[in-house]
Amino acid sequence: MMRWRNWSLQCLVVGGVLLALYGLASIVAAKMRGLGVEPGFGFLWQRAGFDIGDALIAFDASDTYGRAFLVGLLNTVSVASVAIVASLLLGGALGLGQLARNRLLARLCEAYVELFRNVPLLLQVLIVYVLLIGRLPLPHEAWSLGPDVWLSKSGLALPWPVFTDAGLVLERPVLGRFTFSGGAVLTPEFMAVAAALTLFTAAYIAEVVRGSVQAVSKRQSEAALALGLNDAQTLRFVIVPQALRSMIPPLANQLLNLIKNSSLAVAVGYPDLVAVADTTLNQSGHAVECIAIIMAVYLFLSLVTAAIMNSWHGRLLRQQGGY
Amino acid sequence: MNKSLIAIATMVAAMLSGTAHAGKTTDAIRERGQLACGVSTGVAGFSAADSKGEWRGLDVDLCRALAAAVLKDPTKVRWSPLTSQQRFTALQSGEIDVLSRNTTWTLGRDAGQGLVYAGYMFIDGQGFLVPSRLRITSAKQLNGAEVCVQTGTTTEKNLAEFARANKIQFKTLMFENLRAVLKAFFSGRCQAFTADASALASIRANDSGKPEDYMVLPDRISKEPLGPVVRRGDEDWFALVRWTIFALLEAEERGITQANVDELRKTTDDPAVQRLLGVSEEVGKPLGLDKEWVYRMLKAVGNYGEIFERNVGPNSLLQLPRGINALPRDGGVMYSPPLR
Repeated sequence: MMRWRNWSLQCLVVGGVLLALYGLASIVAAKMRGLGVEPGFGFLWQRAGFDIGDALIAFDASDTYGRAFLVGLLNTVSVASVAIVASLLLGGALGLGQLARNRLLARLCEAYVELFRNVPLLLQVLIVYVLLIGRLPLPHEAWSLGPDVWLSKSGLALPWPVFTDAGLVLERPVLGRFTFSGGAVLTPEFMAVAAALTLFTAAYIAEVVRGSVQAVSKRQSEAALALGLNDAQTLRFVIVPQALRSMIPPLANQLLNLIKNSSLAVAVGYPDLVAVADTTLNQSGHAVECIAIIMAVYLFLSLVTAAIMNSWHGRLLRQQGGY
Repeated sequence: MNKSLIAIATMVAAMLSGTAHAGKTTDAIRERGQLACGVSTGVAGFSAADSKGEWRGLDVDLCRALAAAVLKDPTKVRWSPLTSQQRFTALQSGEIDVLSRNTTWTLGRDAGQGLVYAGYMFIDGQGFLVPSRLRITSAKQLNGAEVCVQTGTTTEKNLAEFARANKIQFKTLMFENLRAVLKAFFSGRCQAFTADASALASIRANDSGKPEDYMVLPDRISKEPLGPVVRRGDEDWFALVRWTIFALLEAEERGITQANVDELRKTTDDPAVQRLLGVSEEVGKPLGLDKEWVYRMLKAVGNYGEIFERNVGPNSLLQLPRGINALPRDGGVMYSPPLR
């Protein structure tokens, strides 16, 4: 009896929520029709009519809005993946650095953490961007960082393999009248967003790492030393494997934050998913659909990241026999 | 019964007194004693409040001229600063009598929204701002260049269409925020910045630090005729606004200025000038205006050429050349039908 009542109550709540959502959707649809905009995702197959400067796949104004979204998604994923790898490395180093016996190193790492986690991320993105485009030389006075590698206000131009009739060829960047063409370019916008996300998130990751390492009982390292392991071995074989178990869940939080924070790219003109969606909703009038796409994509990316981290955590627990 | 009697009596009286009926908007303005004018929230040269809170600009002067014509006092204007989202609703709902706020005349707006454009006060177009050191003279030479754009409604589309039509390629950098795009352009991140030419002129003058290091290229890649908008359904008010612009143009064509209008009114033998200043015939009558309406407008704001010079011309902050906005005899398209 009790069980039946619980079930029916839950069905009622779910049904009510669905009904409310449906009502909301039909009001929005009616309003949009009133403004002369046909609701739905059909516009994704229409011609976009704008160019995107920084695209990983070929894109021009005659391509569709759908493809523009794909370009934005790939940009979001690429800038977030670079920042995830870099911030894990930097954050890990900073976290262990804070526990170093060398006082100077430890204080420096602590100072870094306090500085970067207490300055708003948007400000950091803008500062890095303004520094980059302000300090780097014009393309015609580009700094050479090696054969065919040039750093300038237009970004880091480097050779890149491309498929031609003659097979795989290394295409070299060539300086034209205005800037470099050919090869691959890491734009200052990409560098600014990736760098700021890395610097910011690394500060939080450092704290996660420090906390997890400190949570491992001090007797563990004393025992390891007694067995004749040196500092590095103690860390590698005794401390870190135990710290990882409590480290992964808060680490997953930081990575999810990083992915969502990448939407600040819009401030410096990096064409990530949000920037493309903004332009699209401005031009097509399909604001509700564009926002829905943004939400769905971030939800998807976050769930995938969370699933990966959870499965890693689960495997670790099984291997180590759980708590 | 009583009401219709009064109406007939008013009509007869109006006919006898020789003033044509001026339309319901005009009546409402006279009753209110103020013209409700919709302007921008601040576009230098077009409509912006100065340091004393006084509204100045090309679009502002049109409203002053209208107030001088209808209310015989150019100061009797109620200014409504409107964002681009608010502007049409404010007019449709009757909150303002005329929208004089750098608004582009397009088919969709002129026909589909219960509004009608009374003409154009300024013809703008999307242009390019480039550093002078690049030594280029036309946007077509920008092939392969990085171009900064502030994302708007049509700016990036116009840019893509221009590139396609001329078979050239740009690397487009889209920014949402005006400050960010200006920072990027003036740091040298991109070789050109595209926006409406009047906006570029103001940016060059006010934000570049060194205006002589930058230039606005002569190319205009879109048509942006900016003009006053009124509600549909009041042809009398529509005609009054439209012929106000024409009268300002006609005055320039005939060489009547703010300074010489008093002198000319007394001394001129030119029948066209006499007509315009109400010395001979009354050209304002069909509009429901008295014979001195043009005289008052010119005393208040001067002719079209003077309005242009003062607000956006070569000696103003914006330093825009007259260009396409000149009279036909000077190679422009600002043409007025005969005022007779």
